Amino acid sequence: MRINSAAHVRVGSFAGRFLSAATVVWLAATFTFLVQCLMPGDRAQIIINIASGNVGEAPPAELAAVNAKYGFDQPLVLQYAKYLWGVLHGDLGLSYQQHRPVIDIIAEQIGPTVILASTALIAAWVIAVLTTVLVAGRDNMWSTLLSGVQVFLATVPPYWLATILLVVFAVQLRIFPVIGGNSLIGLVLPTIALALELSGFLGQVVRSEFTRVLEQPFVMSARARGMGELGVRFRHVLRHAALPGITLSGWAIGKLLSGAILIEAVFARQGLGGVLVAATSSRDVPVVSGAILISAGLFAVTSMLVDLTYRIVDPRIKMT
Amino acid sequence: MSRVGDWSVSSQPGEASGAIRRAPLRVYVALIVISFFIVAAIAPSLLQTHGPLAIDLTAPLQAPSFAHWFGTDQSGRDLYSRIVEGAGQSLTIGLGATSLSICVALVFGVIAGLVGGALDNVLSRLLDVLFALPTLFLALLFVSLFGPSVLTLVIAVGVGTAPGYARMIRGQVLSVKGAPYVEAAKALGHPYLRILWRHIIPNAMSPLTAMMTLGVGQAIVWAAGVAFLGLGVAPPAPEWGALLNAGRNYVIFAWWLEIMPGVAVVSFALSLTVVGRYLQDRLEGKI
Amino acid sequence: MRGVSFSLQAGRCLAIVGGSGSGKSVTSRAIVGLAGRRAHVHARQLTFAGTDLTTLNDRSWRRVRGKEIGFVLQDALVALDPLRQVGKEIGEALRLHGAVASSEELERRVVALLELVGVPEAEIKARQLPHQLSGGQRQRALIAAALALDPRILIADEPTTALDVTVQAQVLGLLEETKVRGKALLLISHDLAVVSRIADEVLVMHEGKVVERGSADQVFQDPQHPYTRQLLDAVPSARPRASRHSFLPAARPKLQSRSWEQLPSTFPSVVLSAAKLVKRFKGPDGVLRTAVDGVSFELRSGETLGVVGESGSGKSTMARMALALDLPDEGAVLFQGRAWTTLAERDRRARRRAISVIYQDPLSSFDPRWSVGHIISDSLASDVESKGERYDRVVQLLDLVGLSPALLDRRPLELSGGQRQRVAIARAIAPRPAVIVCDEPVSALDVLIQAQVLDLLTDLKAHLNISYIFISHDLGVVRQLSDRVMVMRQGCVVETGTRDEIFLNPRTDYTQRLLAAVPRLERGGAANRSFSRV
Repeated sequence: MRINSAAHVRVGSFAGRFLSAATVVWLAATFTFLVQCLMPGDRAQIIINIASGNVGEAPPAELAAVNAKYGFDQPLVLQYAKYLWGVLHGDLGLSYQQHRPVIDIIAEQIGPTVILASTALIAAWVIAVLTTVLVAGRDNMWSTLLSGVQVFLATVPPYWLATILLVVFAVQLRIFPVIGGNSLIGLVLPTIALALELSGFLGQVVRSEFTRVLEQPFVMSARARGMGELGVRFRHVLRHAALPGITLSGWAIGKLLSGAILIEAVFARQGLGGVLVAATSSRDVPVVSGAILISAGLFAVTSMLVDLTYRIVDPRIKMT
Repeated sequence: MSRVGDWSVSSQPGEASGAIRRAPLRVYVALIVISFFIVAAIAPSLLQTHGPLAIDLTAPLQAPSFAHWFGTDQSGRDLYSRIVEGAGQSLTIGLGATSLSICVALVFGVIAGLVGGALDNVLSRLLDVLFALPTLFLALLFVSLFGPSVLTLVIAVGVGTAPGYARMIRGQVLSVKGAPYVEAAKALGHPYLRILWRHIIPNAMSPLTAMMTLGVGQAIVWAAGVAFLGLGVAPPAPEWGALLNAGRNYVIFAWWLEIMPGVAVVSFALSLTVVGRYLQDRLEGKI
Repeated sequence: MRGVSFSLQAGRCLAIVGGSGSGKSVTSRAIVGLAGRRAHVHARQLTFAGTDLTTLNDRSWRRVRGKEIGFVLQDALVALDPLRQVGKEIGEALRLHGAVASSEELERRVVALLELVGVPEAEIKARQLPHQLSGGQRQRALIAAALALDPRILIADEPTTALDVTVQAQVLGLLEETKVRGKALLLISHDLAVVSRIADEVLVMHEGKVVERGSADQVFQDPQHPYTRQLLDAVPSARPRASRHSFLPAARPKLQSRSWEQLPSTFPSVVLSAAKLVKRFKGPDGVLRTAVDGVSFELRSGETLGVVGESGSGKSTMARMALALDLPDEGAVLFQGRAWTTLAERDRRARRRAISVIYQDPLSSFDPRWSVGHIISDSLASDVESKGERYDRVVQLLDLVGLSPALLDRRPLELSGGQRQRVAIARAIAPRPAVIVCDEPVSALDVLIQAQVLDLLTDLKAHLNISYIFISHDLGVVRQLSDRVMVMRQGCVVETGTRDEIFLNPRTDYTQRLLAAVPRLERGGAANRSFSRV
């Protein structure tokens, strides 16, 4: 009976989570739609300029044709409804430049970017956890050094760090390929470059919570039971210290995607970066908007995962 | 005994000067670095050794030396002088973006925190969404809408970083609003506006200085990121991100072109972080 | 702390008593080698059953901890890992010291341990998280964890501090049982009454040094050191004290000046009355809970109404309604014969100064940016106009609560706990209120400071003709201060009466149980007391 009701609550909770994830995507879609409408200048004109490559006034007939093709002549409300309907069906509109569906353009390129972001997230956790467990709360030089390094990593632009890594390890030492393509070995340097910045942030949060928890009475209890230092750190303290880190990981998705774009530029990697840079410089707004919408979707999915992980680590949180 | 006090809150400047006397060494170093860049931004010629745009085709791609402290670029322009020149634009973008984002955040955060209820729910949701969107993607969106310029970068980075501040301010307002001393003031029969003005706003805003200090560094890093992708302010303006972007192509044979502008960005951002954290720790009573 | 020495014997209880900062907790931690990295422990001799503990390395220490010495910390909510099942925590010592062969055996042993310490439904509780257990069950579970490997020594550091009196009595009974079963018990406490119940020997510590030691009889009946005498005397009780702890001279001419007699004689003698107050709150699960259920009371002019009850009895909610900080869902409070809780906030504001509040935690009730002078000045009656006049009044108020004007420019953070509560009192009396609501005003203070603050409150009442609503979980404190007492339980009033009626002649079962559970300072020592199980 009790278990049943708990299961019911769990379902309700997932429905709630899904609803809030859907809200995020809906609000993001509204945002990108408004941005496209409020774009300075006549959109049809811009599309024609992009296509012809020159700046000038197009004849009205040409403008009308473009307006009809993209549906700009319809009332805004109808355009909005159509846009939302399209988003629901995975249609993010047409690229002004390539005259292809935005979703296809992004789908072709997003794979490597997501892989890079995910491996970097994992690497950042490994770095943050290992350094914290080994060093945090020990009253010595290492601890001070670690906190300094973490502040440094959180401040340094990852793209700059990536360039240095590239020159040192790929060009000078030749340990890694300069252009790795999509190979596994080519993923190493970009991952490290992207992970280091996040590990700085993550490490600061985890370390400060770790240090705080180390002073808690239950840690003293565990020690008084005869538990050793490593046992205390891994079995008791780490679990608590991971909680704020898990929350941060959800928010870090945006940071990781931003960082991935820059890192891709440094390593000339395939991915969303190239598409976005090209689209931005040619003012292909639907593509940039589409990428924003996709990243909002990714965020919504990640925050559901983060929520789930949090509940596993902290069983005090009831499904409500 | 001398008569102590009129009961005003003791003035902030006095407090700050007392603080600086006791600050650790790294805060002094950071302050010196920050002052250097501020001077560079206001009066670059005071610090420059060469004209930032002076082309010297006889000395292209020279390694750092006494004549050229940070070396020269492909056109023989003195890199150090160019970095000093770029400080103005980078600082403008950093400060402008942070001010814009804090203004937006203040409006959002204070309303969400004070009014509460349904409005708070809607605003918080909205902030969550904006916060979820990658800052760089938003910046690119603005660049694609308005074309690259200093103003675009300021707006793009400002809007992109605002949700973070707004969430922080909202949380701060909420925690102060629920503090027992606010209730104690209510129990004394003070009107709400007076409590708002004398307790809630000053206490909720006190972390703002530290936040801004930390924010300017981050804003510069973001803006430089956009420029790094070649989408920033058009050359030959020596904005730091543009220098980084230009240096990328030469990094293999002229490392200084990439390293030195990066050192400028990092040392400035790091100094701001050091000072910001110091202020934060002081506010939280950790020092 | 320095120069502390003692010995523990099986089946005996040694208690270390002292105020906060006296070094008693550090001593107990030093015995298990956990005094912290920054502490330097030098011991000429620290032996356990013949083993010299000072020479142990970390690995050997771990074999002693848990196995030979069990350690119970205060407040089990934070002394048990909040993310792990209670059973896992209890089983940890067994697992660490390799005392069990299989997980089934571990589970069996854990359940047996929980049953041993009297936790009901042990099998279910073992699988729950600490916050799902009641305070008493948690403390029992913590003791079970310490007893897991049947250690010869049990160290209990303030084992009952965070507990309600009835639960406290049960936990003390449990500790007493372990002593009777032959464990050597080292009890650390600030509470002399708790200590007097089970200790055989007592060590009094003050500022890191032992100031007195002896058998419990000796220390409680014939204290030698002045600090011990002060401590004993500060324990709240009905008897008049031998010495006063307040710095306030008994009769100060200033106090009797007319300016303080603010109550016109036309007021009816009832200052504040509440009729059938009901307050419901929505819990985190969305279910409405009734925090206060039909409470009525009257507070007469110049009277102290003590309100006692265990945590969750609704006494604080009741106080907040008296202050009109929370408004009742049903019923109403009348203040000075006129409507109070039914008014619009705008109309209430002008009269709010006539009813003040003193919180348990003064620090959080002060704006952290404000100076002491600013805080007190802010609450002065609005008819004090000129700056000079305000200044004089603030200094006068500080003097009244026994604080020097030198503190005027201090921030609350720079004050000691006792000073903060005095500032809170000065702030409360500044607007010349008719009523002060005191919500656990001395619970966070050391016993000596507590006695000083209580004396101060008593004196102020006599001089200023203030009525108090005095809320406390501590019956001794309430008994010392109150004229009438109201006993609350689960949002309802169980019993109301004069102090003597309640304390000498309680009519209801609940009050009787409550009173029986209060540890009294028994000047006889453990030997003379019969072993009682609650």
